[in-house]
Amino acid sequence: MELKTVQTHHVPVRYLEAGSGQPLVYLHSAGGVTAEDPLLNALAETHHVYAPLLPGYGDSEECGEIRDMLDVTLHTWDVVRALGLKDPVLVGHSMGGMMAAEMAAVCPDAVSRLALICPTGLWLDDHPTTDIFSVMPYEMPALMFHDAVAGAAMFTAGTNVEDPGFLQAYLVRNARQLGMAGRILFPIPERGLSQRLYRVTAKTVVIWGDSDRVVSPVYAQAFKRQIKDAALVSIPEAGHMVTWEKTAEVAAAISRLG
Amino acid sequence: MKFTWFNLMPWPYLPDDFREKNRSVWVDIDQRLFDPAKSHEVYNTYMDLLDYAGAIGFDGIGVNEHHQNGYGIMPSPNIIAAGLARRASDAAIVVLGNSIALYNPPVRVAEEFAMLDCISGGRLVAGFPVGTSMDTNYCYGQIPSLTREKYQEAHDLIIKAWTTREPFAFNGRYNKLRHVNIWPRPIQQPHPPIHIPGGGSVETYDFCIDNTYSYSYLSFSGYIRAKALMQGYWDRVAERNAPDASPYRAGFAQTICVADTDEEAERLYSEHISYFYNRCLHVYPGFADAPGYRTIKTIQTGALSQYAPPRGGYTELTWKDLIEGGHVIAGSPETVRQRMEDLIKGLNVGNIFCLMHVGNMPADKCMYSTKLFAEKVMPHLRNMFPDYADDGRFWCKPLDKRVRPSSLPSEAEAFRSVKSALAQEA
Repeated sequence: MELKTVQTHHVPVRYLEAGSGQPLVYLHSAGGVTAEDPLLNALAETHHVYAPLLPGYGDSEECGEIRDMLDVTLHTWDVVRALGLKDPVLVGHSMGGMMAAEMAAVCPDAVSRLALICPTGLWLDDHPTTDIFSVMPYEMPALMFHDAVAGAAMFTAGTNVEDPGFLQAYLVRNARQLGMAGRILFPIPERGLSQRLYRVTAKTVVIWGDSDRVVSPVYAQAFKRQIKDAALVSIPEAGHMVTWEKTAEVAAAISRLG
Repeated sequence: MKFTWFNLMPWPYLPDDFREKNRSVWVDIDQRLFDPAKSHEVYNTYMDLLDYAGAIGFDGIGVNEHHQNGYGIMPSPNIIAAGLARRASDAAIVVLGNSIALYNPPVRVAEEFAMLDCISGGRLVAGFPVGTSMDTNYCYGQIPSLTREKYQEAHDLIIKAWTTREPFAFNGRYNKLRHVNIWPRPIQQPHPPIHIPGGGSVETYDFCIDNTYSYSYLSFSGYIRAKALMQGYWDRVAERNAPDASPYRAGFAQTICVADTDEEAERLYSEHISYFYNRCLHVYPGFADAPGYRTIKTIQTGALSQYAPPRGGYTELTWKDLIEGGHVIAGSPETVRQRMEDLIKGLNVGNIFCLMHVGNMPADKCMYSTKLFAEKVMPHLRNMFPDYADDGRFWCKPLDKRVRPSSLPSEAEAFRSVKSALAQEA
């Protein structure tokens, strides 16, 4: 997995790249993505994977000019074009799924295969999504994973919470990353996608962990209903981080898109 | 010195086990803890106390804006200020302030502040906070990382609305208005003095310095802990070559309780102090600082939100902790005078926002403490900054001749005057 940079109209964009074969663009969740991400590595065995970071994520430059959903959608199309890709498999997890769905709705002719992994983007009054912005770090594992204990171990791997610089680094990273994510997710991660989903013509798979406590699996049905001929893959014993907890199953579902 | 008597307007009936049974006093506080019928008396008592402070010699009486908050039942400070503006008093009406990014469109603030200035005869001191993350982001849904941009635009619009004498179009990112033409406009020219509450961000320091606004640090953690932050401000004032370092460029909020003796102060007030610090400030840390609300630069200075949990987590703070830590200045008039001198000199502040109604303090104790401060402390602190005695840039300039409430003629006079006018016409 290599971390590279591509220039776009607004900012230089950092992206992870690995594998060969059919191009696949992976859009990360609000938590971001690193070279160690298990799903990216699994997908790289069968695809040429590109995972661009939203500005502000990782070590990438922030971008004040990207303020709303349309800005994010068009910027991400700019990234795909700058990478020289035509009709890549478009995959997105959580916030990235919302972005991928928006991209496919805005430019339906440019996306023929779409994988949405527990995406945000819709809102059901009876099933409010979790407000991830007010969650304390120690509450995260139980929220994000089916298996909170194993999740906590994965979640904190490589971090030293006793390090005095940890809190400040954590706050800065949160401000950069979630500050950016907030532009499309805060306070409610819905920016009108439901009125645009009818435009999606891609062969679509919706992938959801049965124990998702951030975006209830009820939303899987809503996406399936609103995207023509979408397939639904429900994965037992997996939470919102289904990409980590059931990596092989998620990768297989994506591969079936062809 | 300018002393403003402040009332946060806490709800005084939070139960003893509030901390144990509720995760936050703010944002998602239990609706059932508010009793509208009881609030009738609470509001009126609080407004009477503000009037009282204005009548016994405080320079200003102050109100502020919070939402969904058990220690501040004042989502609209302008409503309270309107009630205060009607009373006969020379005290400034200090609205500290309106969270201008939350008003849609922000010309509403330009209009309402203009109304307050007109009704009060030019006694308005205007405050423009960005607003806490709890209020602005979690209660009012503003996107954290865009809040400051929206605030800045709201500020520019309000100032332009106050100072432009022709209708103008305003094509902002967040406000698109074809005809801005506020009616009424404020008495004070070019506009009422502006105070900006801040929490240590360098951007806010510069904003105040560049615009000749007063920087207010509204903390509950007292003057000892505020030293570093205020020094940061004064360093910045020097760095940016401000024409002066007038103490009126800064304000500070301090909890103050006065009694005849130090022991009496503890006996009278410790329960109310504890109610405020241990119950009212019980804020869920997840609401303290939405990611993106504070700038990276500010986070890197190491300043944490005052609502973030202290190192080691929350513990019950005792009277002794709070006095020694300087959160609270309390005691005999002499003790309070000495500590206020330390505060005023140490922080170099000319505007003091005196938090004298604390937690669930009843009216009688509040009057007692307020009166002792006004009579036995305030006079000794009046001339701390003789070099800047004439610095009026940060305070209101009321009309010399102001009407008083109840200015109507008697009914008999009114009737006589109407009839006599009619007779003359005939």
